[in-house]
Amino acid sequence: MNPEPLIFELSAATKKGFALPKLDVPEKKNALEGLAVREAIPGFPQVSEIEVVRHFTRLSQLNFSIDTSFYPLGSCTMKYNPKINEKVAALPDFSGSHPYAPQGLIQGNLEVMKTLEEFLAEITGMDAVTLQPSAGAHGELVGMMLIRACLEARGDPRKIVLIPDSAHGTNPSSAHICGYAVHEVKSNDRGTIDLDSLDGEMTGDVAALMVTNPNTLGVFEWDILKICETVHARGGLVYMDGANMNALVGKFRPGDMGIDVIHLNLHKTFSTPHGGGGPGCGPVGVKKHLEAFLPLPIIERGPSGYSLNFGRPKSIGRVRSFFGNFLVMVRALAYIHTLGAAGLKEVAEVAVLNSNYIRKSLEGIYYLKYASPTLHECVFSDKLQSEHGILNIDIAKRLIDYGLHPPTMSFPLIVHGALMIEPTETESRRDLDRFIEAMKTIAREAVETPDLLKSAPHFSPVKRLDETAAARNPVLRWEEPKE
Amino acid sequence: MSYISLSDPDRKEMLARIGASSLDDLFCCIPEEIRLKKELRLPQPLTEPELLAHFESVGRGNKQNAYLSFLGAGAYRHHIPYVVDYLSSRGEFISPYTPYQPEVSQGTLQIIFEYQTLICQLTGLEISNASLYEGASAAAEAVLMAGRLKGKPKVLVAGSLHPQYREVIRTYVRNLGIQVEEVDYDVRGQVDVEVLRKKIDGETSAVMCQSPNFLGVVEDLDRLAEIAHQHQALFEVIVAEAASLGILQAPGAAGADIVAGEGQSFGLPLSFGGPYLGFMACRKEYSRQFPGRIAGQTKDTEGKRGFVLTLSTREQHIRREKATSNICTNQALCALRATIFLETLGREGMRELAYQNIQKAGYALDKLAGVTGVRRKFGGPFFNEFVLEFEGGYKKVEDHLLANGIIGGLALAPYYPGLKDCALFCITEVHSKADIDRLAGLVAEVKR
Repeated sequence: MNPEPLIFELSAATKKGFALPKLDVPEKKNALEGLAVREAIPGFPQVSEIEVVRHFTRLSQLNFSIDTSFYPLGSCTMKYNPKINEKVAALPDFSGSHPYAPQGLIQGNLEVMKTLEEFLAEITGMDAVTLQPSAGAHGELVGMMLIRACLEARGDPRKIVLIPDSAHGTNPSSAHICGYAVHEVKSNDRGTIDLDSLDGEMTGDVAALMVTNPNTLGVFEWDILKICETVHARGGLVYMDGANMNALVGKFRPGDMGIDVIHLNLHKTFSTPHGGGGPGCGPVGVKKHLEAFLPLPIIERGPSGYSLNFGRPKSIGRVRSFFGNFLVMVRALAYIHTLGAAGLKEVAEVAVLNSNYIRKSLEGIYYLKYASPTLHECVFSDKLQSEHGILNIDIAKRLIDYGLHPPTMSFPLIVHGALMIEPTETESRRDLDRFIEAMKTIAREAVETPDLLKSAPHFSPVKRLDETAAARNPVLRWEEPKE
Repeated sequence: MSYISLSDPDRKEMLARIGASSLDDLFCCIPEEIRLKKELRLPQPLTEPELLAHFESVGRGNKQNAYLSFLGAGAYRHHIPYVVDYLSSRGEFISPYTPYQPEVSQGTLQIIFEYQTLICQLTGLEISNASLYEGASAAAEAVLMAGRLKGKPKVLVAGSLHPQYREVIRTYVRNLGIQVEEVDYDVRGQVDVEVLRKKIDGETSAVMCQSPNFLGVVEDLDRLAEIAHQHQALFEVIVAEAASLGILQAPGAAGADIVAGEGQSFGLPLSFGGPYLGFMACRKEYSRQFPGRIAGQTKDTEGKRGFVLTLSTREQHIRREKATSNICTNQALCALRATIFLETLGREGMRELAYQNIQKAGYALDKLAGVTGVRRKFGGPFFNEFVLEFEGGYKKVEDHLLANGIIGGLALAPYYPGLKDCALFCITEVHSKADIDRLAGLVAEVKR
């Protein structure tokens, strides 16, 4: 495949891709007086419309996506993104609304948001939900701010947040921005939180435990009741990272089991597209004792319609402009409406079925560090293949040659050489089998023709890229060639 | 409707291979006593035609599209070339994840690289990230970044920074020991330089202003940069109306060290406030403290140019609690729309867009300020927004406009008690001369 030039390399002065209507007000010649005005932007492109269309169409063809292939990226829940939800979100009544429009004119938007809050509260078993956070990590940040505000109101915000060694990196980072020190809780040999380690760490200085459930190994923290008891007994709160809620919808409600705060990823469990890295939406659900601290504004339903409440003195304040990633919320609401209660439960069941089918089919061929039963994902490693000098990256890159997206690599950190596989519920048996067969073939190739893996991928638009060189000599933008 | 692709025989055979007798068996790891025993209370499922009808009906609860609107204040209506919608709706752009596997993500990665270049060109700075959530949290990230770079406790923020942005900054710094002090605006609507000189000291890590600011006024960036730099503080410029960058001096050229803001004007619909696009750029020497994803250029094993995510040792997945930000998922698809928008308009289109905004806003101001009892509140230079003060209060005017199908400017009293009879009006290229004349005609009808 020929490389696609950068748009800047196609540019030439006087080419045009768009025209505005002629100015229809009398032109004032001195309108720019008193303004610091720039010269034409140096290097800024000038191309025709068809050049733009071909450029982006060709670039799109260089991407793997859910719409083009199986994408078993663990912890990312790469399920099908229903197309009708795009149409619903694009309805001009939603996409054309100004966030400062008078409340009487945007009742439909408020209804969407209030309804989604209520549905998510029902799904998680929490008492109240805010939709404002823009993504999962933003939800974690808000959740930890809520915990801190709640503990401050009790008189002592405390100093430490406990996080299992299997957690996503955003957890410690989010806790840190809330002014907390992070202490690690060890996993036991079953891959779950070690109760003794928790017991030892859970002092009166600990504000909260952040727990991902099912955790990043796909293992359900089956001691969750005891975990919550231990934390609560010593005055702490329990935060659940709900990134893996896809395994639990309709089967388990965190709010019923002692979880105080949870965030969800609408762009995972609730099917909104990942967009190559966002926009997401990371709603946060809380139990009653944290409700007063939720970010502003709060949507209220009254006899004369919906309204926005900005006057809540205990609130942590505002965490972003306006109301959140509203059009992402519209899509998620459409998804819940399409599936209903039975459909959502089936999502969890089939996601777990698909994952266990892959696990069973590859067990023995790839090393599984933890024997515990798993839910929506399973984490293998390169241990068996590494005896032949093959690492997880080689396996991942070779999968590309089979037209499949690689699993998440080298995470969680407690599994050396990890390959984290999450198929989701929307995949067909044929696609699952194709993946399983490819993985088996690669395991054979690791023994017989390891060089084929070392030099993979062979059939991608570019060959293996030098990431070290990219970091050592960063080229982070195009520069106009010097004359 | 369900989106599952397994047939009944598939399910049976798969369960058999696993060695489970039922789907419920697969959940045996969740202790029986904590499993949900009842069905969730949710409405009955809808088919596609029912779903569409339902949302069309809910959407009709929104009436604002029947009105002509002059709202701006951080969310701007600009014409979006159709190619932006057309190209950005491709499944290959909508449905991938963050480009962790560069060999099969060159489309997304090259677009981020082009986006970063465009943001650098527009802001006049050296490096840009791949996007942040939106303008307000981008401003908060800029405050935190200044704290890390300078290690000093105080940040001076213009009172004319968007009120929501100031609120978000306060939320973010609350637990980090950073003090935020506000600097008032002067009679021209610009940062009051005397107040700034009094407040700035050796403990100040950054001076932050917005330009054009929330009052619509373009700041004298050169002068503010000079004052900040005299005190070894960073100068941070927030841009909430990014279309202004097509014609106004690049903040980087005026001495800004960090520029952040809201890119919604670059091809994103109003969308009731989101998803929008936070952008951020800075000088090269600050790269180690820069938040967010960054794409960089490299070569493959055959020497061919390619792109990867880079400088990731700043990020949460490597550094965990020591990361420069907790951000992971950002606004990639919004950045993609911005890239298509900017490349379609091009250098001349961006200038023309900005120029038309200035001309139309100028025309509107002349018309409106020509009405008896209406005057412009601040004298400073402006882009496409301005504050009007109405003798006898704004409420009567606002109601009269609404009764005639117009959403007027944003009443400022809730945000600035001192501006109680004032409203912020926004005019962009989408407003015709007839729209503006109608607005002015209706304003003139209100008895004072």
